[in-house]
Amino acid sequence: MERREPALTRHEQAQRGGGPRPSGKAPKGPGGIRRSFKAPKKPVKKTQAGKRRIQKPRQAPIVPPQAVAGRALMLVVAIMSFLACLTVGFVTVVNDAATDWSNELVREITIQIRPVDGIDMLQQIDRTVALAQEFQGVGHVRALSDQETQELLQPWLGGDLNLDDLPVPRLILVKIAQPELLDLTEMKATIEDDIRGASLDDHRLWTQQLSSMANGAVVIGFGILILVLASMILSVVFATRAAMSGNKEVVEVLHFVGAEDSFIASQFQRHFLVLGLKGGLVGGAIGCLSFMLIEFLGNTPNEFGAAGQAQALLGTISVSWLGYVGAGLVVVLVAVLTALTSRIAVHSHLAGMD
Amino acid sequence: MIRFENVGLRYGMGPEILKDLTFSIEPQSFQFLTGPSGAGKTSLLRLLFLSLRPTRGLISAFGTDTSRVTKSQLPALRRRIGVVFQDFRLLDHLTTYENVALPHRVAGKMEADYRSDVIDLLKWVGLGDRMHVMPPVLSGGEKQRAAIARALITRPEVLLADEPTGNVDAPLARRLLRLFIELNRLGTSVLIATHDLHLLEQVNARHLVLHDGRMIVDE
Repeated sequence: MERREPALTRHEQAQRGGGPRPSGKAPKGPGGIRRSFKAPKKPVKKTQAGKRRIQKPRQAPIVPPQAVAGRALMLVVAIMSFLACLTVGFVTVVNDAATDWSNELVREITIQIRPVDGIDMLQQIDRTVALAQEFQGVGHVRALSDQETQELLQPWLGGDLNLDDLPVPRLILVKIAQPELLDLTEMKATIEDDIRGASLDDHRLWTQQLSSMANGAVVIGFGILILVLASMILSVVFATRAAMSGNKEVVEVLHFVGAEDSFIASQFQRHFLVLGLKGGLVGGAIGCLSFMLIEFLGNTPNEFGAAGQAQALLGTISVSWLGYVGAGLVVVLVAVLTALTSRIAVHSHLAGMD
Repeated sequence: MIRFENVGLRYGMGPEILKDLTFSIEPQSFQFLTGPSGAGKTSLLRLLFLSLRPTRGLISAFGTDTSRVTKSQLPALRRRIGVVFQDFRLLDHLTTYENVALPHRVAGKMEADYRSDVIDLLKWVGLGDRMHVMPPVLSGGEKQRAAIARALITRPEVLLADEPTGNVDAPLARRLLRLFIELNRLGTSVLIATHDLHLLEQVNARHLVLHDGRMIVDE
């Protein structure tokens, strides 16, 4: 197609001597400019070593940071991160306590000898102690003394109990020095076959119940963690939508200068990543401080005896290193989730635009 | 380059505001789009810029039927079209330099690759000493020139300008017109939407006149 050049008016033709000259000495056009104008030298500054280097000006973010409801959302993210860290701490404390209980129980078994007519109880006890000591891995074996047995039964049968008057079962405590060497099944079978009225209790029922309880606590903890993170994700979705609405003009301009949706999403995502990281760090730091505070308060006796009760239940109250690692992971997870959520929300918003 | 065939447009269930438009914007052509207020100039510009889809008819841009263009293909087509809006649409939190450089930034280019081009263009439109100023500080004419520079920085094949002289005085309007003519000489097709009769009289170019939703082409 032949090029059609617009004709100028007389007034223009009289004025023309080339292209437009809005700045006095302007050349004929952008192509001409490249030849005529030199970009001004970038500012330079001397480093300590005396070398000159280019000082690169930092470009402003395309989405203005103040347009994102930053402070309120950061607070929400910080609170959610704190709750998530507390949940992680709680799970590790319960899990550690359950592991401790299990280990202690597994390292001790009890042999109960019920009275049988015509068989001397003391003789049976001696035989059982001797027999138990023959097994590999067994440490110390001892029968509860009469006094210890009386003390055990005192709450139910009173203080002036005469063991000879009643058919009271007797207990033998077996400490296990090396659990890996002990064949518990064989020991149980041997003792129960050889000693009449004997039964071996390896506390497996307790261990299983503790394990179930600990697993339940872990599952509940993860459930709470998921709910907390879900709440945070919803907050980020709402904040992203608000930010998109508040920056409608920016989005429109980006569209008409040819921005792809992924570019626009990345501009918003950058803000939310920083925001999520800041909120997560604040929440995680407060969470870690809370771990230390709980450890301090939980192991300090007070007038109400609450610390003692807690210690009786959980042992030494302390969040292990796993709890702190978990808190760190929560911070990273929160930042990543915040950024990803905002990205998906922006894409979803843009997809809905005409 | 951009071709309309029997294009009609209506918003929702409303009346048809553009009817049976058939015309084309040829390479390196210069034309005015004119007509009374409310004739549909801005809607037509939006169709030209692919931010609206026609209710009926065919729009072909750079050899592509726009009804077959997916959302992900739109940015590439839009980068071949520069737009100057009547209300400038400059981003107030970015400097003039950053506003003009925006299309390059959006295209993922490194600043070192386009910095000198942006500075040259800003000087060409007479904003060499205003490049680090925020738009709210610029005058109407300066904003208009910054908007034009932003539309031109990627050397688009087509430039669409909506009332580019609507906010400036007569001398500046003449300067801006000279700018568009020079661009046209350099190879860019230019379409200027205006109802400024004085502006129309200054250049002997094709007139696309919209009236009551229909177009009369005055060669």
